[in-house]
Amino acid sequence: MAKVVVVTSGKGGVGKTTSTASLGAALAQAGKKVAVIDFDVGLRNLDLVLGAERRVVFDLINVTQGVAKLSQALIRDKRVDTLFLLPASQTRDKDALTEEGVANVIAELREKFDYVICDSPAGIERGAQLAMRFADEAVIVTNPEVSSVRDADRIIGLLDSRTLRAERGESVNKYILVTRYDAARAARGEMLTIDDVLDILSTPLLGIIPESEGVLRSSNVGSPVTLNEPNNAAARAYFEAARRLQGEDVPMVLPVDRRGLFDRLFGRRAA
Amino acid sequence: MTSAATIQKKSIRFRARSFVAFALAPEAPLGEWLRGLDRWTENSPGFFAGRPVVLDLNILKPNPREVAGLVAELAARGIRIYAIEANAIDALGPELPPLLRGAKTAIIDEAQAPSSQTAKAAAPAKLEEPPESSALIIESPIRSGQSVFHPHGDVIVLGSVGSGSEIVAGGSVHVYGTLRGRAFAGATGNGKARIFCQKNEAELLAVDGWYRTADDMEPSSRGRPIQAFLDNGVIWVAALD
Repeated sequence: MAKVVVVTSGKGGVGKTTSTASLGAALAQAGKKVAVIDFDVGLRNLDLVLGAERRVVFDLINVTQGVAKLSQALIRDKRVDTLFLLPASQTRDKDALTEEGVANVIAELREKFDYVICDSPAGIERGAQLAMRFADEAVIVTNPEVSSVRDADRIIGLLDSRTLRAERGESVNKYILVTRYDAARAARGEMLTIDDVLDILSTPLLGIIPESEGVLRSSNVGSPVTLNEPNNAAARAYFEAARRLQGEDVPMVLPVDRRGLFDRLFGRRAA
Repeated sequence: MTSAATIQKKSIRFRARSFVAFALAPEAPLGEWLRGLDRWTENSPGFFAGRPVVLDLNILKPNPREVAGLVAELAARGIRIYAIEANAIDALGPELPPLLRGAKTAIIDEAQAPSSQTAKAAAPAKLEEPPESSALIIESPIRSGQSVFHPHGDVIVLGSVGSGSEIVAGGSVHVYGTLRGRAFAGATGNGKARIFCQKNEAELLAVDGWYRTADDMEPSSRGRPIQAFLDNGVIWVAALD
Protein backbone atom coordinates (compact mmCIF):
# COMPACT_ATOMS: atom_id res chain seq x y z
CA MET A 1 0.00 0.00 0.00
CA ALA A 2 1.33 3.36 -1.00
CA LYS A 3 1.76 6.38 1.17
CA VAL A 4 -0.10 9.34 -0.28
CA VAL A 5 1.84 12.57 0.13
CA VAL A 6 0.53 16.01 -0.84
CA VAL A 7 2.99 18.76 -1.66
CA THR A 8 1.21 22.00 -0.89
CA SER A 9 1.84 25.60 0.19
CA GLY A 10 -1.10 27.96 -0.21
CA LYS A 11 1.08 30.55 -1.87
CA GLY A 12 2.11 30.15 -5.49
CA GLY A 13 5.64 30.19 -6.80
CA VAL A 14 7.34 28.82 -3.68
CA GLY A 15 8.48 25.60 -5.35
CA LYS A 16 5.70 23.01 -5.03
CA THR A 17 6.10 21.56 -8.51
CA THR A 18 9.90 21.62 -8.40
CA SER A 19 9.83 19.93 -5.01
CA THR A 20 7.27 17.33 -6.14
CA ALA A 21 9.45 16.44 -9.11
CA SER A 22 12.71 16.40 -7.12
CA LEU A 23 11.33 14.44 -4.15
CA GLY A 24 9.50 12.04 -6.47
CA ALA A 25 12.63 11.47 -8.52
CA ALA A 26 14.81 11.10 -5.41
CA LEU A 27 12.45 8.45 -3.99
CA ALA A 28 12.37 6.65 -7.35
CA GLN A 29 16.18 6.83 -7.59
CA ALA A 30 16.23 5.09 -4.20
CA GLY A 31 14.27 2.22 -5.80
CA LYS A 32 10.76 3.15 -4.67
CA LYS A 33 7.87 2.94 -7.10
CA VAL A 34 6.55 6.48 -7.30
CA ALA A 35 3.57 8.13 -9.00
CA VAL A 36 3.44 11.92 -9.13
CA ILE A 37 0.05 13.49 -9.88
CA ASP A 38 -0.39 17.02 -11.17
CA PHE A 39 -3.54 18.48 -9.56
CA ASP A 40 -3.09 21.88 -11.15
CA VAL A 41 -5.83 21.36 -13.73
CA GLY A 42 -5.71 24.17 -16.27
CA LEU A 43 -2.19 25.28 -15.36
CA ARG A 44 -0.25 22.09 -15.55
CA ASN A 45 3.53 22.33 -15.12
CA LEU A 46 4.75 19.07 -13.68
CA ASP A 47 4.97 17.49 -17.16
CA LEU A 48 7.39 20.23 -18.22
CA VAL A 49 9.58 19.96 -15.15
CA LEU A 50 9.76 16.18 -15.67
CA GLY A 51 10.36 16.57 -19.41
CA ALA A 52 7.27 14.54 -20.33
CA GLU A 53 5.22 17.24 -22.07
CA ARG A 54 5.56 15.63 -25.52
CA ARG A 55 4.27 12.30 -24.28
CA VAL A 56 0.96 13.37 -22.68
CA VAL A 57 -2.00 11.56 -24.24
CA PHE A 58 -4.54 11.13 -21.44
CA ASP A 59 -4.73 13.07 -18.19
CA LEU A 60 -6.16 12.99 -14.67
CA ILE A 61 -9.56 14.31 -15.79
CA ASN A 62 -9.84 11.63 -18.49
CA VAL A 63 -9.18 8.97 -15.86
CA THR A 64 -11.60 10.39 -13.26
CA GLN A 65 -14.29 10.57 -15.93
CA GLY A 66 -13.64 7.04 -17.12
CA VAL A 67 -12.53 8.09 -20.62
CA ALA A 68 -9.14 6.47 -20.18
CA LYS A 69 -7.70 3.77 -17.97
CA LEU A 70 -5.14 4.71 -15.38
CA SER A 71 -2.52 2.58 -17.11
CA GLN A 72 -3.07 4.53 -20.34
CA ALA A 73 -2.61 7.90 -18.67
CA LEU A 74 0.45 7.14 -16.54
CA ILE A 75 3.70 8.21 -18.21
CA ARG A 76 6.83 6.31 -17.25
CA ASP A 77 9.95 8.44 -16.86
CA LYS A 78 12.66 7.73 -19.44
CA ARG A 79 15.53 8.08 -16.93
CA VAL A 80 14.18 6.35 -13.81
CA ASP A 81 11.86 3.50 -14.64
CA THR A 82 10.09 3.47 -11.26
CA LEU A 83 8.88 7.08 -11.65
CA PHE A 84 5.47 7.70 -13.20
CA LEU A 85 3.56 10.90 -13.97
CA LEU A 86 -0.20 11.36 -14.07
CA PRO A 87 -0.52 14.73 -15.82
CA ALA A 88 -3.23 17.33 -15.35
CA SER A 89 -5.48 18.52 -18.12
CA GLN A 90 -4.49 21.88 -19.56
CA THR A 91 -7.75 22.51 -21.37
CA ARG A 92 -10.14 22.01 -18.44
CA ASP A 93 -10.51 23.77 -15.10
CA LYS A 94 -10.60 22.60 -11.52
CA ASP A 95 -14.39 22.20 -11.52
CA ALA A 96 -13.91 19.15 -13.72
CA LEU A 97 -12.41 17.30 -10.74
CA THR A 98 -14.84 15.38 -8.59
CA GLU A 99 -14.10 14.03 -5.14
CA GLU A 100 -15.37 10.60 -6.11
CA GLY A 101 -13.23 10.53 -9.24
CA VAL A 102 -10.11 11.53 -7.35
CA ALA A 103 -10.88 8.98 -4.63
CA ASN A 104 -11.02 6.19 -7.23
CA VAL A 105 -7.76 7.23 -8.90
CA ILE A 106 -5.92 7.48 -5.56
CA ALA A 107 -7.29 4.13 -4.41
CA GLU A 108 -6.09 2.46 -7.60
CA LEU A 109 -2.64 4.10 -7.35
CA ARG A 110 -2.34 3.02 -3.71
CA GLU A 111 -2.43 -0.61 -4.82
CA LYS A 112 0.39 -0.30 -7.33
CA PHE A 113 2.92 2.16 -5.90
CA ASP A 114 5.08 2.83 -2.84
CA TYR A 115 4.53 6.59 -2.95
CA VAL A 116 1.79 8.67 -4.53
CA ILE A 117 2.82 12.33 -4.54
CA CYS A 118 0.13 14.90 -5.25
CA ASP A 119 1.32 18.26 -6.58
CA SER A 120 -1.24 20.74 -5.26
CA PRO A 121 -2.23 23.90 -7.11
CA ALA A 122 -1.71 27.19 -5.27
CA GLY A 123 -4.59 28.63 -3.30
CA ILE A 124 -6.99 27.11 -0.80
CA GLU A 125 -9.89 26.41 -3.13
CA ARG A 126 -11.30 23.25 -4.64
CA GLY A 127 -8.18 22.12 -6.50
CA ALA A 128 -5.94 22.45 -3.48
CA GLN A 129 -8.51 20.84 -1.19
CA LEU A 130 -8.95 17.85 -3.49
CA ALA A 131 -5.17 17.44 -3.79
CA MET A 132 -4.87 17.15 0.02
CA ARG A 133 -8.14 15.30 0.57
CA PHE A 134 -6.77 11.73 0.63
CA ALA A 135 -3.25 12.46 1.89
CA ASP A 136 -1.54 10.47 4.63
CA GLU A 137 1.34 12.92 4.81
CA ALA A 138 1.85 16.50 3.74
CA VAL A 139 4.94 18.38 2.69
CA ILE A 140 4.31 22.08 3.18
CA VAL A 141 6.64 24.10 1.00
CA THR A 142 7.52 27.59 2.17
CA ASN A 143 10.14 30.22 1.48
CA PRO A 144 11.86 32.00 4.38
CA GLU A 145 9.57 34.99 3.94
CA VAL A 146 6.53 36.16 5.91
CA SER A 147 3.74 35.87 3.36
CA SER A 148 4.52 32.30 2.32
CA VAL A 149 4.88 31.33 5.99
CA ARG A 150 1.47 32.74 6.86
CA ASP A 151 -0.08 30.95 3.88
CA ALA A 152 1.62 27.75 5.02
CA ASP A 153 0.02 28.24 8.44
CA ARG A 154 -3.37 28.57 6.75
CA ILE A 155 -2.79 25.37 4.76
CA ILE A 156 -1.81 23.48 7.93
CA GLY A 157 -5.16 24.53 9.38
CA LEU A 158 -6.92 23.07 6.35
CA LEU A 159 -4.87 19.86 6.54
CA ASP A 160 -6.09 19.50 10.12
CA SER A 161 -9.74 20.02 9.20
CA ARG A 162 -10.54 19.24 5.56
CA THR A 163 -8.66 16.02 4.87
CA LEU A 164 -10.32 12.62 5.06
CA ARG A 165 -7.90 11.65 7.84
CA ALA A 166 -8.82 14.73 9.88
CA GLU A 167 -12.53 14.01 9.44
CA ARG A 168 -11.97 10.46 10.69
CA GLY A 169 -10.26 11.86 13.78
CA GLU A 170 -6.79 10.82 12.62
CA SER A 171 -4.13 13.26 11.61
CA VAL A 172 -2.06 13.92 8.53
CA ASN A 173 1.70 13.84 9.23
CA LYS A 174 2.95 17.27 8.29
CA TYR A 175 6.47 18.40 7.41
CA ILE A 176 7.89 21.76 6.45
CA LEU A 177 10.19 22.03 3.45
CA VAL A 178 11.92 25.40 3.31
CA THR A 179 13.02 26.19 -0.22
CA ARG A 180 15.14 28.98 -1.73
CA TYR A 181 16.99 29.40 1.53
CA ASP A 182 19.97 31.72 1.38
CA ALA A 183 22.01 31.37 4.56
CA ALA A 184 23.98 34.56 4.02
CA ARG A 185 20.84 36.63 3.59
CA ALA A 186 19.19 34.98 6.59
CA ALA A 187 22.28 35.84 8.65
CA ARG A 188 21.97 39.47 7.56
CA GLY A 189 18.32 39.48 8.67
CA GLU A 190 16.96 39.87 5.12
CA MET A 191 15.15 36.53 5.34
CA LEU A 192 13.41 34.70 8.11
CA THR A 193 15.69 32.16 9.77
CA ILE A 194 14.76 28.49 9.96
CA ASP A 195 14.08 28.97 13.66
CA ASP A 196 11.64 31.79 12.90
CA VAL A 197 9.79 29.64 10.36
CA LEU A 198 9.56 26.63 12.68
CA ASP A 199 8.54 28.82 15.62
CA ILE A 200 5.62 30.24 13.64
CA LEU A 201 4.51 26.95 12.11
CA SER A 202 5.35 24.60 15.03
CA THR A 203 5.64 21.67 12.63
CA PRO A 204 8.68 19.39 12.08
CA LEU A 205 11.19 20.21 9.37
CA LEU A 206 11.70 17.87 6.41
CA GLY A 207 14.54 19.76 4.79
CA ILE A 208 16.14 23.05 3.83
CA ILE A 209 16.70 23.49 0.10
CA PRO A 210 19.30 26.18 -0.58
CA GLU A 211 18.75 28.80 -3.27
CA SER A 212 20.52 27.38 -6.30
CA GLU A 213 20.85 28.25 -9.96
CA GLY A 214 20.92 24.54 -10.70
CA VAL A 215 17.24 24.18 -9.82
CA LEU A 216 16.05 26.59 -12.49
CA ARG A 217 18.61 25.27 -14.98
CA SER A 218 17.30 21.73 -14.45
CA SER A 219 13.63 22.75 -14.69
CA ASN A 220 14.29 24.41 -18.01
CA VAL A 221 15.77 21.25 -19.50
CA GLY A 222 12.86 19.20 -18.17
CA SER A 223 14.69 17.30 -15.48
CA PRO A 224 14.45 17.35 -11.68
CA VAL A 225 17.65 18.65 -10.14
CA THR A 226 18.21 15.30 -8.40
CA LEU A 227 18.58 13.67 -11.85
CA ASN A 228 20.22 16.49 -13.76
CA GLU A 229 22.80 17.69 -11.24
CA PRO A 230 22.85 15.11 -8.43
CA ASN A 231 25.86 16.74 -6.75
CA ASN A 232 24.28 20.17 -6.58
CA ALA A 233 23.63 21.41 -3.00
CA ALA A 234 19.87 21.65 -3.67
CA ALA A 235 19.83 18.11 -5.10
CA ARG A 236 21.67 16.78 -2.04
CA ALA A 237 19.14 18.53 0.19
CA TYR A 238 16.28 16.90 -1.75
CA PHE A 239 17.92 13.47 -1.43
CA GLU A 240 18.17 13.96 2.33
CA ALA A 241 14.56 15.18 2.54
CA ALA A 242 13.44 12.08 0.62
CA ARG A 243 15.31 9.87 3.10
CA ARG A 244 13.62 11.65 6.01
CA LEU A 245 10.26 11.16 4.30
CA GLN A 246 11.00 7.40 4.37
CA GLY A 247 11.49 7.63 8.12
CA GLU A 248 15.28 7.72 8.15
CA ASP A 249 16.96 9.88 10.77
CA VAL A 250 19.24 12.18 8.77
CA PRO A 251 20.90 15.04 10.67
CA MET A 252 19.77 18.45 9.49
CA VAL A 253 22.64 20.59 8.26
CA LEU A 254 22.08 24.22 7.47
CA PRO A 255 23.37 24.91 3.94
CA VAL A 256 25.70 27.54 5.43
CA ASP A 257 27.87 24.90 7.05
CA ARG A 258 29.07 23.60 3.72
CA ARG A 259 30.49 26.86 2.49
CA GLY A 260 33.23 27.06 5.10
CA LEU A 261 36.36 29.08 4.50
CA PHE A 262 35.39 30.50 1.14
CA ASP A 263 32.22 31.94 2.63
CA ARG A 264 34.11 33.46 5.53
CA LEU A 265 36.64 35.11 3.21
CA PHE A 266 34.39 36.35 0.43
CA GLY A 267 30.79 35.82 1.52
CA ARG A 268 30.26 39.16 3.17
CA ARG A 269 32.18 41.26 0.68
CA ALA A 270 30.46 39.70 -2.31
CA ALA A 271 27.12 40.94 -0.99
CA MET B 1 -39.94 -2.22 8.05
CA THR B 2 -41.25 -0.08 5.23
CA SER B 3 -40.25 3.52 4.87
CA ALA B 4 -43.85 4.64 5.33
CA ALA B 5 -43.94 3.08 8.78
CA THR B 6 -40.74 4.89 9.71
CA ILE B 7 -42.19 8.21 8.76
CA GLN B 8 -45.34 7.63 10.79
CA LYS B 9 -43.33 6.93 13.90
CA LYS B 10 -41.38 10.14 13.69
CA SER B 11 -42.95 13.24 15.08
CA ILE B 12 -41.65 16.69 14.36
CA ARG B 13 -39.14 17.77 16.93
CA PHE B 14 -38.79 21.37 17.92
CA ARG B 15 -35.56 22.28 19.49
CA ALA B 16 -34.88 25.46 21.32
CA ARG B 17 -31.40 26.76 20.87
CA SER B 18 -29.76 29.83 22.18
CA PHE B 19 -27.38 31.82 20.06
CA VAL B 20 -25.35 34.75 21.09
CA ALA B 21 -25.86 37.61 18.68
CA PHE B 22 -24.00 40.87 18.39
CA ALA B 23 -26.36 43.72 19.08
CA LEU B 24 -25.74 46.91 17.15
CA ALA B 25 -27.34 49.87 18.87
CA PRO B 26 -27.28 52.93 16.60
CA GLU B 27 -27.33 56.33 18.25
CA ALA B 28 -28.32 59.73 16.98
CA PRO B 29 -26.95 61.47 15.00
CA LEU B 30 -27.09 58.47 12.72
CA GLY B 31 -24.60 59.76 10.12
CA GLU B 32 -21.88 60.06 12.71
CA TRP B 33 -22.66 56.65 14.16
CA LEU B 34 -22.40 55.07 10.70
CA ARG B 35 -19.06 56.80 10.12
CA GLY B 36 -17.83 55.36 13.42
CA LEU B 37 -19.00 51.93 12.30
CA ASP B 38 -17.11 52.35 9.02
CA ARG B 39 -13.93 53.17 10.92
CA TRP B 40 -14.37 50.02 12.99
CA THR B 41 -15.02 47.73 10.00
CA GLU B 42 -12.06 49.28 8.20
CA ASN B 43 -9.86 48.02 11.01
CA SER B 44 -11.64 44.70 11.28
CA PRO B 45 -12.92 43.85 7.82
CA GLY B 46 -15.12 40.82 7.75
CA PHE B 47 -15.78 41.04 11.47
CA PHE B 48 -19.53 40.78 10.97
CA ALA B 49 -19.38 38.23 8.17
CA GLY B 50 -21.41 35.15 9.07
CA ARG B 51 -22.14 36.40 12.57
CA PRO B 52 -25.68 36.91 13.78
CA VAL B 53 -26.25 40.62 14.24
CA VAL B 54 -29.34 42.03 15.94
CA LEU B 55 -30.30 45.66 15.47
CA ASP B 56 -31.18 47.25 18.79
CA LEU B 57 -33.33 50.32 18.13
CA ASN B 58 -34.23 51.09 21.75
CA ILE B 59 -31.72 53.96 21.91
CA LEU B 60 -32.28 55.50 18.48
CA LYS B 61 -36.07 55.01 18.60
CA PRO B 62 -36.67 55.64 14.87
CA ASN B 63 -40.17 55.65 13.45
CA PRO B 64 -41.05 52.43 11.62
CA ARG B 65 -40.63 54.07 8.19
CA GLU B 66 -36.95 54.86 8.85
CA VAL B 67 -36.06 51.30 9.80
CA ALA B 68 -35.89 50.02 6.20
CA GLY B 69 -33.38 52.72 5.29
CA LEU B 70 -31.18 51.85 8.25
CA VAL B 71 -31.27 48.12 7.45
CA ALA B 72 -30.30 48.95 3.85
CA GLU B 73 -27.39 51.14 5.06
CA LEU B 74 -26.09 48.24 7.13
CA ALA B 75 -26.64 45.75 4.30
CA ALA B 76 -24.53 48.01 2.09
CA ARG B 77 -21.74 47.53 4.64
CA GLY B 78 -22.10 43.76 4.44
CA ILE B 79 -23.89 43.49 7.78
CA ARG B 80 -26.95 41.28 7.58
CA ILE B 81 -29.50 41.90 10.29
CA TYR B 82 -31.07 38.74 11.68
CA ALA B 83 -33.66 40.43 13.89
CA ILE B 84 -34.69 43.81 15.21
CA GLU B 85 -35.19 44.73 18.83
CA ALA B 86 -37.48 47.72 19.33
CA ASN B 87 -39.90 48.03 22.24
CA ALA B 88 -41.71 50.96 20.65
CA ILE B 89 -42.46 49.27 17.35
CA ASP B 90 -45.32 46.78 17.16
CA ALA B 91 -44.96 45.44 13.67
CA LEU B 92 -42.66 45.76 10.68
CA GLY B 93 -43.20 44.94 7.03
CA PRO B 94 -42.53 41.40 5.80
CA GLU B 95 -39.49 42.62 3.84
CA LEU B 96 -37.70 43.50 7.08
CA PRO B 97 -36.07 41.15 9.58
CA PRO B 98 -38.42 39.89 12.29
CA LEU B 99 -38.94 41.73 15.56
CA LEU B 100 -37.29 40.12 18.54
CA ARG B 101 -38.80 40.38 21.99
CA GLY B 102 -37.27 39.58 25.31
CA ALA B 103 -33.64 39.00 24.59
CA LYS B 104 -32.01 36.56 27.01
CA THR B 105 -35.13 34.43 27.15
CA ALA B 106 -35.34 31.55 29.56
CA ILE B 107 -33.76 28.28 28.58
CA ILE B 108 -36.51 26.08 27.25
CA ASP B 109 -36.77 22.52 28.39
CA GLU B 110 -36.71 20.25 25.39
CA ALA B 111 -39.12 17.80 26.96
CA GLN B 112 -41.97 20.29 26.98
CA ALA B 113 -44.59 20.41 24.30
CA PRO B 114 -43.77 22.80 21.47
CA SER B 115 -47.03 24.74 21.79
CA SER B 116 -46.27 25.92 25.30
CA GLN B 117 -42.68 26.68 24.37
CA THR B 118 -43.50 29.40 21.91
CA ALA B 119 -45.45 31.31 24.53
CA LYS B 120 -42.69 30.91 27.04
CA ALA B 121 -40.01 32.00 24.64
CA ALA B 122 -41.84 35.22 23.97
CA ALA B 123 -42.06 36.15 27.62
CA PRO B 124 -39.25 38.34 28.84
CA ALA B 125 -37.19 36.59 31.46
CA LYS B 126 -34.99 37.96 34.15
CA LEU B 127 -31.40 38.68 33.23
CA GLU B 128 -29.19 35.84 34.21
CA GLU B 129 -25.72 34.58 33.50
CA PRO B 130 -25.49 31.91 30.81
CA PRO B 131 -25.61 28.53 32.57
CA GLU B 132 -22.29 27.38 31.14
CA SER B 133 -19.41 29.67 31.80
CA SER B 134 -16.77 27.06 31.30
CA ALA B 135 -13.41 27.74 29.74
CA LEU B 136 -12.54 26.38 26.33
CA ILE B 137 -9.09 24.80 26.32
CA ILE B 138 -7.35 24.38 22.97
CA GLU B 139 -4.20 22.31 22.97
CA SER B 140 -3.20 22.79 19.34
CA PRO B 141 -1.97 25.96 17.65
CA ILE B 142 -4.61 28.22 16.07
CA ARG B 143 -3.71 28.49 12.39
CA SER B 144 -4.03 31.46 10.09
CA GLY B 145 -7.63 31.84 8.91
CA GLN B 146 -9.12 29.91 11.81
CA SER B 147 -11.62 31.60 14.07
CA VAL B 148 -12.45 30.48 17.60
CA PHE B 149 -15.75 31.78 18.95
CA HIS B 150 -16.59 30.98 22.56
CA PRO B 151 -19.15 33.40 23.97
CA HIS B 152 -19.64 31.75 27.35
CA GLY B 153 -16.27 31.94 29.03
CA ASP B 154 -12.52 32.08 28.77
CA VAL B 155 -10.48 30.70 25.90
CA ILE B 156 -7.17 29.12 26.84
CA VAL B 157 -4.75 28.27 24.03
CA LEU B 158 -1.70 26.18 24.86
CA GLY B 159 -0.07 26.72 21.45
CA SER B 160 0.42 29.81 19.37
CA VAL B 161 -2.22 31.89 17.64
CA GLY B 162 -1.22 32.47 14.02
CA SER B 163 -1.19 35.71 12.10
CA GLY B 164 -4.57 36.12 10.39
CA SER B 165 -6.52 34.07 12.92
CA GLU B 166 -8.84 35.29 15.65
CA ILE B 167 -10.16 34.34 19.05
CA VAL B 168 -13.45 35.76 20.26
CA ALA B 169 -14.21 35.01 23.89
CA GLY B 170 -17.00 36.07 26.19
CA GLY B 171 -14.46 35.97 29.00
CA SER B 172 -10.71 36.36 29.01
CA VAL B 173 -8.22 35.07 26.46
CA HIS B 174 -5.11 33.25 27.64
CA VAL B 175 -2.41 32.28 25.15
CA TYR B 176 0.53 30.24 26.39
CA GLY B 177 2.38 30.63 23.09
CA THR B 178 2.90 33.59 20.80
CA LEU B 179 -0.21 35.62 20.01
CA ARG B 180 0.19 36.76 16.40
CA GLY B 181 -3.48 37.04 15.43
CA ARG B 182 -6.37 39.01 16.88
CA ALA B 183 -7.90 38.48 20.30
CA PHE B 184 -11.31 39.75 21.42
CA ALA B 185 -11.96 39.32 25.13
CA GLY B 186 -15.28 40.15 26.78
CA ALA B 187 -16.90 40.14 23.36
CA THR B 188 -20.39 39.74 24.80
CA GLY B 189 -20.09 42.86 26.91
CA ASN B 190 -17.66 42.06 29.70
CA GLY B 191 -15.36 45.00 30.34
CA LYS B 192 -13.54 43.13 33.08
CA ALA B 193 -12.20 40.46 30.74
CA ARG B 194 -8.50 40.52 29.94
CA ILE B 195 -6.06 39.14 27.40
CA PHE B 196 -2.92 37.39 28.53
CA CYS B 197 -0.19 36.04 26.31
CA GLN B 198 3.30 34.65 26.66
CA LYS B 199 4.62 36.65 23.72
CA ASN B 200 2.80 39.59 22.20
CA GLU B 201 2.95 39.84 18.41
CA ALA B 202 -0.80 40.51 18.17
CA GLU B 203 -2.43 42.23 15.23
CA LEU B 204 -5.26 43.51 17.40
CA LEU B 205 -6.27 43.32 21.06
CA ALA B 206 -9.87 44.09 22.01
CA VAL B 207 -11.84 44.06 25.25
CA ASP B 208 -15.59 44.64 25.23
CA GLY B 209 -15.47 46.22 21.77
CA TRP B 210 -12.62 48.64 22.55
CA TYR B 211 -9.54 47.77 20.65
CA ARG B 212 -5.92 48.57 19.96
CA THR B 213 -4.13 47.59 16.76
CA ALA B 214 -0.48 46.56 16.51
CA ASP B 215 0.30 50.04 15.18
CA ASP B 216 -1.06 51.68 18.32
CA MET B 217 0.88 49.50 20.73
CA GLU B 218 4.06 50.60 22.44
CA PRO B 219 6.97 48.95 20.61
CA SER B 220 8.29 47.97 24.03
CA SER B 221 5.28 45.70 24.58
CA ARG B 222 6.07 43.61 21.49
CA GLY B 223 7.66 40.21 21.80
CA ARG B 224 7.07 40.07 25.55
CA PRO B 225 4.56 38.48 27.91
CA ILE B 226 1.75 40.99 28.36
CA GLN B 227 -1.76 41.46 29.62
CA ALA B 228 -4.29 43.76 28.06
CA PHE B 229 -7.19 45.21 30.02
CA LEU B 230 -9.80 47.92 29.76
CA ASP B 231 -9.80 51.00 31.93
CA ASN B 232 -12.09 53.97 31.22
CA GLY B 233 -12.50 53.07 27.56
CA VAL B 234 -8.79 52.68 26.97
CA ILE B 235 -7.03 49.37 26.30
CA TRP B 236 -3.88 49.13 28.36
CA VAL B 237 -1.12 46.75 27.37
CA ALA B 238 1.12 46.01 30.32
CA ALA B 239 4.21 43.82 30.40
CA LEU B 240 4.10 40.83 32.71
CA ASP B 241 7.86 40.34 33.08
